[in-house]
Amino acid sequence: MTTTLPNPVVVAREESHAKPRSPRQILDWVAIHSIGLAMGLIFAAPVVFVLLTAVMSDDQAFTADLWPREWHWENFIEVFEKAPLVRYLFNSMLYSLLATLGMLLSSIPAAYALAKLKWRGQNVVFLLVIGAMMLPPQVVAVPLYDTWSSLGLTGTLWPLIVPYFLFDAFSIFLLRQFMLTIPQSYVDAARVDGCTEFQALIRIIVPMARPGIAATALFCFLFTWNDYFGPLLYTSEVKDQWTLSLALASFKGMHFVQWNSAMAVTLLAMLPAVVLFVFAQRSFVKGITFTGVKG
Amino acid sequence: MTATLERVDVRRTAPAKGRSRARARNRFTVLAFMAPAIIGFVLFFGYPLIATVIFSFTKYDLINPPEFIGLGNYTFMWGDKLFWTSIENTLWFVVVVTIARTVFALGVASVIARLKSGVGLIRTLCYLPSLAPPVAATLVFFMVLRPNGGPLNKVLDFFGVDSPLWFSDPSWAKPGVTAIMMWVCGDLMIIMLAAILDVPQEQYEAAELDGAGPIRRWWHITLPTISPVLLFGIVNSIILALQLFTQAIVAGSAATGSADPTGSTKNLGYPQNSLLTFPTFLYQTGFRYFDMGYAAAMATVLFVISFAVTIVLVNKMRKSSHAEEGGPGA
Repeated sequence: MTTTLPNPVVVAREESHAKPRSPRQILDWVAIHSIGLAMGLIFAAPVVFVLLTAVMSDDQAFTADLWPREWHWENFIEVFEKAPLVRYLFNSMLYSLLATLGMLLSSIPAAYALAKLKWRGQNVVFLLVIGAMMLPPQVVAVPLYDTWSSLGLTGTLWPLIVPYFLFDAFSIFLLRQFMLTIPQSYVDAARVDGCTEFQALIRIIVPMARPGIAATALFCFLFTWNDYFGPLLYTSEVKDQWTLSLALASFKGMHFVQWNSAMAVTLLAMLPAVVLFVFAQRSFVKGITFTGVKG
Repeated sequence: MTATLERVDVRRTAPAKGRSRARARNRFTVLAFMAPAIIGFVLFFGYPLIATVIFSFTKYDLINPPEFIGLGNYTFMWGDKLFWTSIENTLWFVVVVTIARTVFALGVASVIARLKSGVGLIRTLCYLPSLAPPVAATLVFFMVLRPNGGPLNKVLDFFGVDSPLWFSDPSWAKPGVTAIMMWVCGDLMIIMLAAILDVPQEQYEAAELDGAGPIRRWWHITLPTISPVLLFGIVNSIILALQLFTQAIVAGSAATGSADPTGSTKNLGYPQNSLLTFPTFLYQTGFRYFDMGYAAAMATVLFVISFAVTIVLVNKMRKSSHAEEGGPGA
């Protein structure tokens, strides 16, 4: 890329070596680290406030206090008695796990065909995948709802799960990007050794693409876990089919009057993401950079 | 490499018997691998896209069969005040959220790139919010920004500033949602951070020897080098803002104190339709008033807009991939 450096002749008069730089460097260090720390605190602050509110007593949660007088950790248990949280959790798990499983079954072969096989129409198909990825879900909602409702499946989570067993644009895109980084020579060597394409995929590509597959599965799980529009569209009328995200939207006021319970449930909804991140930090970072940089 | 070349060349050379069999087998493999995706694409994108356009010329309420009304929905749309309000709202979000998110993510990434210790911790703190469910993130901000006794309210009180009513005030609800979108910019921040760290270190060293300070180095080296990622961030944010739905609905229904997500229609876009984004209005029309034909007409409009944005992104991706690797495909 083009970089516009100042003319060396002009800047030569500034003697960077002669200056006693270390005190300034220390100042720089302190300044940049203070900014960094402040940034981290700003990002963390909302969640800290939520946690502090979640452990307040019922009476105190009505007040404007920021710091809990007593720490009621049992609030996190009690919310399970106040609302059918187990049911919502189960529905969310069902949706996320089945969708992720279906995505892996359908997207890995498709990504392989797009990344490692050569065929006519390949580029057009890849463009269609990108187009599907960018399409707001509301665009196709009307006919899809119409179809699912004539099949009698609205009010269940199946309209959300079934598509993942066939086609998930984002996952195909991400897996393809990962598979492109695996040298073609591995696949060719497998072919020379007499592997069928299916064997090459299972024995060579899948083991080598494991970090990419892990990242894609993580994103798929989180996307479905966080999904609000889908469950709202299909299951909002049937309360025992609600996912946690959908239920959460109506918690304050419906099940609880107090902020403490609503905030406890909010934290519970955020928990899976945090746990997954702690255990798979690298996959996340790798996956995100792949969506952006390696077009 | 040889096998690939053979496969490509097959078309040009006179196909020997074995080769044509290999080609047929290859075609079969592709078909087998792509079959679920092709079926899925046709069922969940191809068909509904065409059906949406067809529905947009009808009056349809899900119960009675669709009735053809020509351009009726589109002419109604032209005179519909709410439609223009929702377009205005979404445009506001496209402009403000895109700028706010890109600039904020770039700023955060630039600071993190210069940290020497504690990088992991601060990067994690900045990234984690982006994983939160949008519903949860919205409720978090609703709590933190609540006018009577919310944490930010107290801080502002301390400085003697009157706190706005945020999600209950038509002129502050959109900035409130923008704040949420900035809080969850972590994924964009990571992409930019990776790009900044990818800038060859020698360039900085050379510039430093030439006496360029950190700000000039950032402006003259970092920024031009990561411009492809910057463009990605902008397009990505535009798409995100076009689809803005969850945060608007949840903030609105929380502010009205309404409990039921299926409940009365008046909650969407609260306060005073200031959060009635285009997708929100589409949802309200189709799935609260069951005016499917009109909703389909809006979906067609949304499709045309997002299609245009997608083409810009695809063009950008093609260019950058050709520049980077000259490799196959986009």
